[in-house]
Amino acid sequence: MKVLSKPVADKSKYMDLLRQMMLIRRFEEKASEMYMRGKIGGFLHLYIGEEAIATGVMSVLGPDDYVVSHYREHGHALARGMDPKVIMAELFGKATGSSGGKGGSMHLFDASRNFMGGYAIVGGQLPIAVGLALAAKYRREDRTVLCFFGDGAVNEGEFHESMNLASVWQLPVIFMLENNLYGMGSYVERTHAGGKDIYHVADAYKIPAAQVDGMDVLAVREATEEALKRVRTGSGPVFIEAMTYRFRGHSMADPVAYRESSELDQWRKEDPIEKFKVVALREEFVTDDELQGIEAGVQATVEAAIRFAEESPEPELDTLHDNVYA
Amino acid sequence: MPEITYRKAISQALREILQSDPRAFMIGEDIGGYQGAYAVTRGFLKEFGPERIKDTPIAESVIVGAGIGAAMAGSRPIIEIMTINFSLLAMDQIINCAAKLHYMSGGQVTVPLVIRTVSGGGTQLAASHSQSLEGWFAHVPGLKVVAPSTPYDAKGLLRAAYQDPNPVMYVEHSLLYGMKGDIPDEEYSIPLGVADVKREGSDVTIISYSRMAQVALKAAVRLEEEGIDAEVVDLRSLRPMDTETIINSVKKTSRAVVVEEGWKAMGIGAEVSARIMENALEYLDAPVQRVASADIPMPYSRPLELATLPNEDRIIEAVHRLF
Ligand SMILES: Cc1ncc(C[n+]2csc(CCOP(=O)(O)OP(=O)(O)O)c2C)c(N)n1
Ligand SMILES: [Mg+2]
Repeated sequence: MKVLSKPVADKSKYMDLLRQMMLIRRFEEKASEMYMRGKIGGFLHLYIGEEAIATGVMSVLGPDDYVVSHYREHGHALARGMDPKVIMAELFGKATGSSGGKGGSMHLFDASRNFMGGYAIVGGQLPIAVGLALAAKYRREDRTVLCFFGDGAVNEGEFHESMNLASVWQLPVIFMLENNLYGMGSYVERTHAGGKDIYHVADAYKIPAAQVDGMDVLAVREATEEALKRVRTGSGPVFIEAMTYRFRGHSMADPVAYRESSELDQWRKEDPIEKFKVVALREEFVTDDELQGIEAGVQATVEAAIRFAEESPEPELDTLHDNVYA
Repeated sequence: MPEITYRKAISQALREILQSDPRAFMIGEDIGGYQGAYAVTRGFLKEFGPERIKDTPIAESVIVGAGIGAAMAGSRPIIEIMTINFSLLAMDQIINCAAKLHYMSGGQVTVPLVIRTVSGGGTQLAASHSQSLEGWFAHVPGLKVVAPSTPYDAKGLLRAAYQDPNPVMYVEHSLLYGMKGDIPDEEYSIPLGVADVKREGSDVTIISYSRMAQVALKAAVRLEEEGIDAEVVDLRSLRPMDTETIINSVKKTSRAVVVEEGWKAMGIGAEVSARIMENALEYLDAPVQRVASADIPMPYSRPLELATLPNEDRIIEAVHRLF
């Protein structure tokens, strides 16, 4: 187990970070169960294993900052403060969901939290991040755009166009790469010419870049904090690569035939929640009792979300044509 | 005649092409190690090796572009774009390059390229992943577009697409992969640009393609029960489109309904009805009816999705409007 980066001072922060990661984990486990029971349709991409990234990032992001993400975004949405009930209801396709059942798992939005969407076309959110940042700069607003994307998205032209323009125009974007080593069944070293350490690509665009342990919530938090400081000086974008691993398949439909189970076992030792628990207990920032309390609380929250989703009505058929301009 | 699935029919055609023509290779995302998002290329990597089953980065533009370049040089690449929604990232290569190079070069260059992709909705993938954009491609001179509705057509059209010197968009439907049908043991191909009368009838012509042709056939069975004898014309090719078969049928039945899964505005139904009007107006007893998806981005919710897609009931209602 790797040593964690420098500790944060106060106890309640530890509890918050732990609770957040555990909530995401539990939410995703339950979502997977609901998918198997046919309550959730379409594609379902779980964030299990990657919880430290969303949690670390959102713990320092300001409320005015924008977030855009991809289709593996339940964790980002939860950590941003979206109500688990509303997310679960969207996954169930219910009228009470964040998009009234019209978006589904891959398209969560909460404009009130500046959570400007999950995008299901790989790379699609990157140019949009540039646009949000452009508006912030143009309007002299103190906002940063946090853009999540995967290692697979780096190979799309949209990624390169966005990096270049954000740098040329010195826009306040944090490019947050979640490198889980795979894009569907493709291992990063077989698809990215620069190998698995992707952050080097930022050099070509003169964007300062760092690589962090994405299984270490404090390391992610610290890297994001530093990036935010830098971006807020107006000196342009920053690139962070968080190294991580998805413990489940690409989506629920993926039998995961392309990787060795020994690789997963190796990464399970880096489980961001278990690692953090050990440290928190050792440093006495949390007691066993408190841990159990968090566990129970998270469980209750997710159960309540399921109940809410279950009991919510289907969207009315007469809403079919709402929200279409033309 | 063995009965096989639509998926198997496509994969059989691909396998036979790869086995018989060393110029052929495949390029696409997760077609090898992952064995294909819709499992069409299952086992291919093992059988043909990585030089011929080329897994790529997620980079649709260069996937198509690499196919075009290789085709210009005399290779016979077969491209897989995982779904038609992702073809939008390759539009410049498909429309500005593949479709035009033969013409712009005064015939010096040919692009014998097959681009396989998957269209349609119905599995709750929501707005960005449920589109039927084949009509966009059919708009463009220089491209051929086919969209089979049965295993037999799937195999025969893929063979013909492969043999064609032009770039061909070969459009599969995700909800048809499990469909079974008979296929002859011997080699065959189905010429591009020839529609198929899937069911003969005398009272009304229902014109469709891909999955909606199957839905139309089911509607026809129900119509028969109420005494309406429907003919079902499966276009199979959207470009070139077999106007003659459409017109001959309409002359016989005097009534027509066009069914498509895409949007109605500027769509396949609009094109087909215009052709009917141009060629057989005086034969019509009623205005041509169009059945299409609701004019909205596809919603995720199952009941809303079902309310968006065309179905048997809506086809039958459209037929009733003609009488
Ligand atoms: C333009 C486009 N091409 C292909 C796909 C299909 N697809 C969905 S997710 C994915 C893999 C993306 O991998 P990565 O960016 O590493 O993100 P991860 O899923 O690992 O979080 C692919 C190929 C898509 N949605 N959009
Ligand atoms: Mg990845």
